[in-house]
Amino acid sequence: MSKQYETVIGLEVHVELATKTKIFCGCSTAFGAEPNTQTCPVCTGMPGSLPVLNRQVLEYAIAVGLATNCDITRYAKFDRKNYFYPDNPQNYQISQLYLPICRNGGVEIETEEGGKKTVGIHEIHMEEDAGKLIHDEWEDCSLVDYNRSGVPLIEIVSEPDMRSAAEVIAYLEKLRQVIQYLGASDCKLQEGSMRADVNLSVREAGAETFGTRTEMKNLNSFKAITRAIEGEKERQIDLIEAGESVVQETRRWDDAREKSYAMRSKEDAQDYRYFPDPDLTPISVSETMLQEIRARQPEFRTEKMARYREEFDIPDYDIEIITGEKPLADLFEAAVALGAQPKKVSNWIMGETLRLMKEREVDASDLRFSPENLAKLIALTDTKQINSSVAKEVFEVMFEENVDPEQYVEEKGLKTVNDEGALKKTIEEVIAANPQSVEDYRNGKEKAIGFLVGQTMKAMKGKADPGAVNQMLRELL
Amino acid sequence: MANVINDETIEYVGILAKLELSAEEKERAKADMGRMLDYIDKLGELDTTDVEPMSHVFPVENVFREDVVTNGDEREQLLSNAPQEKDGMFVVPRTFE
Amino acid sequence: MNIVEMTATQLSAAIKAGETTAVEAAEAVLAQIEKEDKNYNCYVTVDRDGALAQARAVQKKIEAGELTGPLAGVPVAVKDNICTEGLLTTCSSKILHNFVPTYTAEAVKNLQKAGAVILGKTNMDEFAMGSTTETSAYGPTKNPRNTDHVPGGSSGGSAAAVSAQECIFAIGSDTGGSIRQPASYCGVVGMKPTYGTVSRYGLIAYGSSLDQIGPLTKDVTDCAAVLEALASHDTKDSTSVSRDGTDFTAALVEDVKGMRIGIPNDYLGEGLDEEVRTAVLQAAEVLEKKGAVVERFDLSLVEYAIPAYYTIAAAEASSNLERFDGIKYGYRTEEYAGLHNMYKKSRSEGFGEEVKRRIMLGSFVLSSGYYDAYYLKALKVKALIKKAFDDAFAKYDLILGPVAPTTAPKLGASLADPIQMYLGDIYTIAVNLAGLPGISVPCGQDGKGLPIGLQLIGDCFQEKKLIRAAYTYEQREKKF
Repeated sequence: MSKQYETVIGLEVHVELATKTKIFCGCSTAFGAEPNTQTCPVCTGMPGSLPVLNRQVLEYAIAVGLATNCDITRYAKFDRKNYFYPDNPQNYQISQLYLPICRNGGVEIETEEGGKKTVGIHEIHMEEDAGKLIHDEWEDCSLVDYNRSGVPLIEIVSEPDMRSAAEVIAYLEKLRQVIQYLGASDCKLQEGSMRADVNLSVREAGAETFGTRTEMKNLNSFKAITRAIEGEKERQIDLIEAGESVVQETRRWDDAREKSYAMRSKEDAQDYRYFPDPDLTPISVSETMLQEIRARQPEFRTEKMARYREEFDIPDYDIEIITGEKPLADLFEAAVALGAQPKKVSNWIMGETLRLMKEREVDASDLRFSPENLAKLIALTDTKQINSSVAKEVFEVMFEENVDPEQYVEEKGLKTVNDEGALKKTIEEVIAANPQSVEDYRNGKEKAIGFLVGQTMKAMKGKADPGAVNQMLRELL
Repeated sequence: MANVINDETIEYVGILAKLELSAEEKERAKADMGRMLDYIDKLGELDTTDVEPMSHVFPVENVFREDVVTNGDEREQLLSNAPQEKDGMFVVPRTFE
Repeated sequence: MNIVEMTATQLSAAIKAGETTAVEAAEAVLAQIEKEDKNYNCYVTVDRDGALAQARAVQKKIEAGELTGPLAGVPVAVKDNICTEGLLTTCSSKILHNFVPTYTAEAVKNLQKAGAVILGKTNMDEFAMGSTTETSAYGPTKNPRNTDHVPGGSSGGSAAAVSAQECIFAIGSDTGGSIRQPASYCGVVGMKPTYGTVSRYGLIAYGSSLDQIGPLTKDVTDCAAVLEALASHDTKDSTSVSRDGTDFTAALVEDVKGMRIGIPNDYLGEGLDEEVRTAVLQAAEVLEKKGAVVERFDLSLVEYAIPAYYTIAAAEASSNLERFDGIKYGYRTEEYAGLHNMYKKSRSEGFGEEVKRRIMLGSFVLSSGYYDAYYLKALKVKALIKKAFDDAFAKYDLILGPVAPTTAPKLGASLADPIQMYLGDIYTIAVNLAGLPGISVPCGQDGKGLPIGLQLIGDCFQEKKLIRAAYTYEQREKKF
């Protein structure tokens, strides 16, 4: 490759909003129901049915717009996007084209070089999700489930401001963080509550105009996004180097094969015939409405970090990690509010929690244990009722099943034995059984004491305070 | 006739509207649409500079519903009109490549 | 008086007085349908058993004093594009030949609450696209006043059923004149209310921004009573308007003194049949003699209403009718190769010619590169037309004119030339574009004995003025 190329990337991010009901009807949005059991005439396109907007959808969309520095459109409308596909029961999707609810925003990200950069947001619009298509292997047909049809989405369309996969990931993490802080969505890529389509083009370094772009779909992890960007960049550069041209098209990423495929079809004209939906009234955003939503905006990360530095004596690094994910910050604050020492809560989060999350591939938003139980666990160690290795053991169970540590320790008999008589008896037995080690210790071999502590702990089935054991051993020797 | 609709246009509109016309229907559709567009071109006589397009007649705005679940399981009714169903879902020709 | 000849108001009073019952009323009307409908084809579906069961239930409520209104126990016919739970609803189209709705339209629920008994579903132009009821997949309806002629459309089945005494009253839908024009052709009263007055929830949409459900009745009194029952603010329809003063029967007053009525010169010009013109002007004279101030004026823009209307209605229809795809309900073609072929074949075989014509036009005017020139332009013209009406209503309480340029054409004479057929909507269409209320009242007949209709148009929410003027006019024979 002789020439230098620059990659230009813009993102269309779909975020499923955390409402109880769908955008235009009173059907539940809960996950995991039997197919088509959360449907009604509206979200299945029954003749004669009509949509009515869920107020919460508008409020979330405005809240996200405010948090990403957008202008809120004071007179917004819904439009119909017309295309035939079985997951779309009306064969049009209610979306926004002409007057989207938010425009001209942006968020700041950190670049790989450690600098700061603003990624512009062109617009944010509200729309309805489609149903789910399931392939039936036996009958060679597809089956349609409309439970997801009508689930509210916002689509956040960025400017083509990103230049690398790392910037894309930084931008997505920033969006996720802001939206999670707002409580507007849990933003899970794997489960599809956050989905990103990548618009990518390449151009010679220093060129003024953009190259022809493609749109990449079906990216459901940060890793897939990174691989797809690298793959598409290379594919486009290869085409250009070979003297061919890039075709403007939508491509589907196959992460298993690390390849993308064009999604073109003769029957897919890509002419959506948008027009204002006559079934929905325009939206007029008043100053009062804006003020109310502004007043409800939560403390965002920067403010939270500043406050943590002020209030808690914990390292900056811990603050950065904990505030990086809203669920971790919520957990931290709740446990501290219950009386646990901030430093200890932070240690549990930074240590065991992050370790198990990584090991077991659990998202912060999917953590099962309650702050109450974490606070109780900390109290059990504070009062030396359990030692630290027992505490880790209990935490693992808590992490999986959210058990009450007090009850669990009681039931399993894991409490430290504070009965001096019993301890003394066990130590005397250990001394009697290990004359060689006793002699080693007396000859000045410090290491031998460790062995004897271990033997005592073993005999006590771990339910002793190692410090106390150590001290009594020395006394008895 | 000022508006001449060619075969390609009719074919394209057929793709958009998901309609498949016979050769005879196509000829008639071309003629009909051309005449109709000629007629609609009459609107061009009016100066509409600075006129706001009116999609809603009344200034009714901000009609919302609250975020409360009101619907239950209506699957049986939903599927009662389905031409073909299986396992509580609608059957369609396969959509995956 | 024979039951089938009664108005709703008369019949409900007779039932209340114990002179007859809701069941006897239903039986009498069903017998009339049995006897007459083979001549006219007003109905797509007659729900004999359902009607009798409803009548029995309603009779009990009447006897218990729970139902006392003017529609209690009165048999009604419902246009076949209005959803009725458990009762076939076809829009007179093959594509919905087997569609049984799982819910009932709000407007029908309101009638049921008032104690009306649903007889069945009336024939119409397919998906309400047409002016003659000849585009129905279930055969044309014939005009009961002269079976060589059409009943008008698209609510032709409803108008003919009222005229043929195959129901006591009916409801229809009006997108560009589809209640008023067939009412005029069949010699009955028909009204299109202000947009948003009657819920559209459950009305299978043609042009969503134009559609309104309304009554077709034997007289103005029934028209007011039925509209009073139909009107409601429905939270399921975002375009439903919360309005006061829907006690329309309170406007049944014989008094037009000082009422300012304007007759647009544009409504009396070229293309208007001489006999229709004479009858309409005579009606104006009647109102003038009763004390109204009648004058001529220029409404302007009248000839632009049709092209604007057909652009907007076709565009909305092309989108509204996308849901008929052979997947969730209705007709699916027998053999197909893949998804898109299934869509195309099901829709091409399921829709009739006029529907396909409008879907194609609508898809075209919304397509890339044409949206501004056609669709957006039409919306701007709509704004100008609305403004012209606003100016007129600054001067007049009501606008008076004909409903249609001619009386009912002969069967088979209209469909060959679509544009000629669309021109017949010239006096009714602008009312829908501007969201206004309009009423059609019989005002005589032509030399062939075909009825002529007088149209009164009011400003938004001014139905009461329409009813007052129409009622006053209707009283002419009694007091003249």
